[in-house]
Amino acid sequence: MQGKKIFKLLLFLLLITPSLTIASEEVAKEENSVKSEIKQDIMHHLQDAYDFHLFTDKTTNTHYGFPLPIILWDNGLHVFMSSKFHHGEAVAESKGNYYKIYHNKIYKTDAEGTLSMDENHHVTNAKPLDFSITKSVFSVMLISLLIFLLFRGFAKSYKKSHIPNAVGKFMEPLVLFVRDEIAIPNIGEKHYKKYMSYLLTVFFFIWFINLTGLTPLGINVTGNIAVTFCLALITFLITQFTSKKDYWKHIFWMPGVPVPMKFVLAPIELLGVFIKPFALMIRLYANISAGHIVLMSLVGLLFVFQNWFARGAFLGLTLFLSIIELLVAFLQAYIFTMLTALYFGGAVAEHDDHH
Amino acid sequence: MEKLINEFSVGLFFWQTLLFLVLLFLLKKYAWKPILNAVNEREKSIEDALNKAEEAKKEMAELKSANEDLLKEARVERDEILKEARTLKDKIIAEAKTKANEDAERIVASARESIQHEKMAAVTELKNQVAVLSIEIAEKILKEELSSEAKQSSMISSVVNEIQLN
Repeated sequence: MQGKKIFKLLLFLLLITPSLTIASEEVAKEENSVKSEIKQDIMHHLQDAYDFHLFTDKTTNTHYGFPLPIILWDNGLHVFMSSKFHHGEAVAESKGNYYKIYHNKIYKTDAEGTLSMDENHHVTNAKPLDFSITKSVFSVMLISLLIFLLFRGFAKSYKKSHIPNAVGKFMEPLVLFVRDEIAIPNIGEKHYKKYMSYLLTVFFFIWFINLTGLTPLGINVTGNIAVTFCLALITFLITQFTSKKDYWKHIFWMPGVPVPMKFVLAPIELLGVFIKPFALMIRLYANISAGHIVLMSLVGLLFVFQNWFARGAFLGLTLFLSIIELLVAFLQAYIFTMLTALYFGGAVAEHDDHH
Repeated sequence: MEKLINEFSVGLFFWQTLLFLVLLFLLKKYAWKPILNAVNEREKSIEDALNKAEEAKKEMAELKSANEDLLKEARVERDEILKEARTLKDKIIAEAKTKANEDAERIVASARESIQHEKMAAVTELKNQVAVLSIEIAEKILKEELSSEAKQSSMISSVVNEIQLN
């Protein structure tokens, strides 16, 4: 029972709009540097980080948050906490090697932390293989755990009765929505079952991740290209490996068109195979990044304007856009799942017609 | 594009793939399968229940119509029995009436016949008595008439006179 209550409290906290804490983060800024600081904060927020940073008191220059483990492969495993970097200000030493964070990337340096640059201001220092548990990785772990616990409890509740528990009552219509509105219409009654697990996982994963992105924790997971690339890649691989003969036939030798057209269509179709998941990747990444930029900019504007009337108006606008972003969080999860199902449907479709 | 490639973090990609696949596997085993199975089962049971209800409804309707048929039949039978009883009653009454009439007629006829007999017998007896009486009377008269000679001769002469000898 106790666990359940804590769980509910956590959920509640995660669903509060971002305005409040970000607002406190922005308090006590000098007016002239407000704009550039907002810009910096936004850029900082959009990037992954090596510690879980909640907010910074800039008057005393203290950071509130907690460090995360750094895992590097550089002729041997190097594991240490990110607190060694002192928020990027210090050089970290591990087993005789020295590392420094520069523009959110870890470089191998000497004991003084010298970075050599080329003429384009690119760092030429060696980069170790970085498998650190970054803020995004940590968030993915946390949210995955949350999703797993929620849905396992939901699944278990069916053992007691036909009617699921409270979580299930909310989630079951969504599970059925994925099945009846996404999987079956796009893939077809015959093949949809083998894709259900992936579609449901991807749908709830993206949705939950997007939602946590709207909390004051300042998580931005689906705004990382690596994350959306991973999801799009899995969709791509499943599409290719479960495809039927007809799918390839429609790519390389389109039936029902004149022979010269077949030669024209083949490269276009082949390109399409790669463009589809690429579009999936960019769409999710761009939507979530843009949403975060817009919301944070609006919150920032509250501090740029010194006039209470404008502040009131922007507060309203921010609230309105926060609600829109809640919708976008769902919409992007839906679109990703829906298009994934559509591609799966194309892979297993059996054409008996000639078009 | 260069920014995107620059932003791409191999470590994040590695962890995301690993975590996502683990999540996919765990959810598949512990969540999606039981949930979808339970939902399917429930949908099936609801469908079954609905079908059964429909069947029961049909059966009920059949039963009802059968009952109605039975009732109708019973009513027809009752009417028939009543009708039969009524005709039987009429017939019995009519028969009794005709029999009574016949009996009455027969009795009257036999009465009449016996009356005729009695009458005839009486008449015959009367005739006989009259005959006896008249003979006695005639005897007495004859005795009276033929008591004297004169009278006898006159008698004979009248009879002879009467006889015409032609």
